[in-house]
Amino acid sequence: MKVSATNSALELIKELKATHGEDLLFHQSGGCCDGSAPMCYPAKEYLVGDGDVLIGKIGGIPFYISESQHEAWKNTDLIIDCIKGMGGMFSLDNGTGKRFLTRSEICIPEDVKLN
Amino acid sequence: MAIKKKKIAKPKAKKRKKLAKRSKKKDKKLKKVVTKKSATEKKLKKSKKTNRLKKVKTKRGIKKMSTETVKSGVSASLDTSHLKVPFPYKKKYGNYINGKFVEPKSGKYFDNVSPINNEVICQVPRSDTKDVDAALDAAHAAFKEWGKTDITTRSNILNKIADVLEKNLNLLATAECLDNGKPIRECMAADLPLVIDHWRYFAGVIRAEEGSIAEISNSQYSYNIPEPLGVVGQIVPWNFPLLMATWKLAPALAAGNCSVIKPAEQTPASIMLMMELIGDLLPPGVVNVVSGFGLEAGKPLASSKRIAKIAFTGETTTGRLIMQYAAQNLIPITLELGGKSPNIFFEDVMEKDDAFLDKCVEGFVMFNLNQGEVCTCPSRALVQESIYDKFMEKVIARTKAVVQDNPLKMETMIGAQASVEQMEKIKSYLDLGKKEGAKVLCGGEVAKLNSGLETGNYIQPTIFEGDNKMRIFQEEIFGPVVSVTKFKDEAHALEIANDTLYGLGAGVWTRNGNIAYRMGRAIQAGIVWTNCYHAYPAHSPFGGYKQSGVGRETHKMMLNHYRQNKNLHVSYAENKLGFF
Repeated sequence: MKVSATNSALELIKELKATHGEDLLFHQSGGCCDGSAPMCYPAKEYLVGDGDVLIGKIGGIPFYISESQHEAWKNTDLIIDCIKGMGGMFSLDNGTGKRFLTRSEICIPEDVKLN
Repeated sequence: MAIKKKKIAKPKAKKRKKLAKRSKKKDKKLKKVVTKKSATEKKLKKSKKTNRLKKVKTKRGIKKMSTETVKSGVSASLDTSHLKVPFPYKKKYGNYINGKFVEPKSGKYFDNVSPINNEVICQVPRSDTKDVDAALDAAHAAFKEWGKTDITTRSNILNKIADVLEKNLNLLATAECLDNGKPIRECMAADLPLVIDHWRYFAGVIRAEEGSIAEISNSQYSYNIPEPLGVVGQIVPWNFPLLMATWKLAPALAAGNCSVIKPAEQTPASIMLMMELIGDLLPPGVVNVVSGFGLEAGKPLASSKRIAKIAFTGETTTGRLIMQYAAQNLIPITLELGGKSPNIFFEDVMEKDDAFLDKCVEGFVMFNLNQGEVCTCPSRALVQESIYDKFMEKVIARTKAVVQDNPLKMETMIGAQASVEQMEKIKSYLDLGKKEGAKVLCGGEVAKLNSGLETGNYIQPTIFEGDNKMRIFQEEIFGPVVSVTKFKDEAHALEIANDTLYGLGAGVWTRNGNIAYRMGRAIQAGIVWTNCYHAYPAHSPFGGYKQSGVGRETHKMMLNHYRQNKNLHVSYAENKLGFF
């Protein structure tokens, strides 16, 4: 699993850095409502633990996903995009009129076979 | 503040009377749908049958909505006159704090759009920390009396709230439909009746409830007395705005707490209308509604040192963050974070072509309820391979017969997704499902509706066929999308059912009671519906195993999520212990 970002997402990251400082992180959410949204927080506010996997960096910001979700999502690469919207909950994009959206591409590891 | 009995006994404030009058002229047909359960079932059944068999004829039969701009200033797509209710919203709402609507401190508002066509329907406050603080001030002031209010008084108030909501059912249902995009018939036959029932349930259950007494010895007793927590913070999602607010408010208030509640920014309006109707039944400050964005208003509430509990419905990453805040403040939480619920159909359902089989087919198509925006959406269907082809033929036909149109039309079965961004997310999963190699059995695209709905958020009811390892089987899409796979036998069904990060709901469909029992007990989920689905009565607990959350909602057990236990340990003995 790899993570990358579209130009519009990189642009929004730049804006968020200008407002909230450079030290940010992403955490990929799961579940209902705003589930599947990539959430962006000041790094010191979100506790990343041993049960999280760092899958890469976008715009210089580390991108994490929980280990269990990583296992379920491992056949995909994530492309973080930016669309119009209210934003997800306490994520820093909330209220900017834009929000991050996770898009996905297939990256089937060799040891996994799908029907 | 003292609660005046007189005020409670005569709740008819001018404001409410006026609003009630607005919806007085109810369409008799609609009234039947919402007041008589059997009539509702019959009507829905009839409508479904007609739609299935004579879709074209039914569509032609739909009462046309007017095509001009309506009195309220909104476009024809948002006209509510055919429902015999006025347009429910004012142009602007304040926050509801300390018993009245007040401007946000910053003076900032934001536009609230209807997902039906993304037209602005009203403005609501864009609140910040200062508004949350004002709400907390009001709640703390109110708690001094409210926490001590006798149970009969609290129960009577909750019952009166239910009565007022019932009188205004059509108006509130229309408001919910406009705010969220869900079909009016679901609002009228499910959301609002459930809202009313939950208020009544908690009004009733606290009257019958008692603490306990443990006889430690013949001179020592432990009296267990439930006491309210105090002021609680509650964050409501956008999929069932009024029902989720009620799930949180009714038990909290019944237990004697005061609340600061934040509706979702995607659906902030219907709760304001509800407070307009019921606000004066409660002492000022008992319920405070602060509208705004998650980051600006939700976070200051969730992280406040002045709340005794936080209840949240949403997703896992924010759930973790809320736990972090709660850890810093050492307060309890209730989290409901979603699922990926399996709906399992055993081969014996097709032993006969009867009413039960018809019920099973409907049970499959339930993934369309509320446009799939339900935490317990049956979004994974498991069908035994021996009946797969024949059963799928039936459910595909039934899914294709789902009427998708303006949710304000009574015949509409599936309406609009709650926001553009939600529609975008669903689209990303439709795209991913195809890339993963899942077969599209029906739907699979954005629904392009016309007649003023071109700008709304509509997704075709979609059935994917694939493998449980695919992401469309592993992550809640929160749209009208079900992913179907086959299973060989009971053990295989169970293995697939539990192969998920979540454990909120599940459905088991079989004519065999033993299979139903074994599966029900072995599926790791908070609720296993057996030969039914999407049932949410007030006395049926709701909540998840695994990553679906912490705690339960609804049912009387919810009261203890909003209470402390006071153990009054009393010795009636005269003599000392003899230690010192």
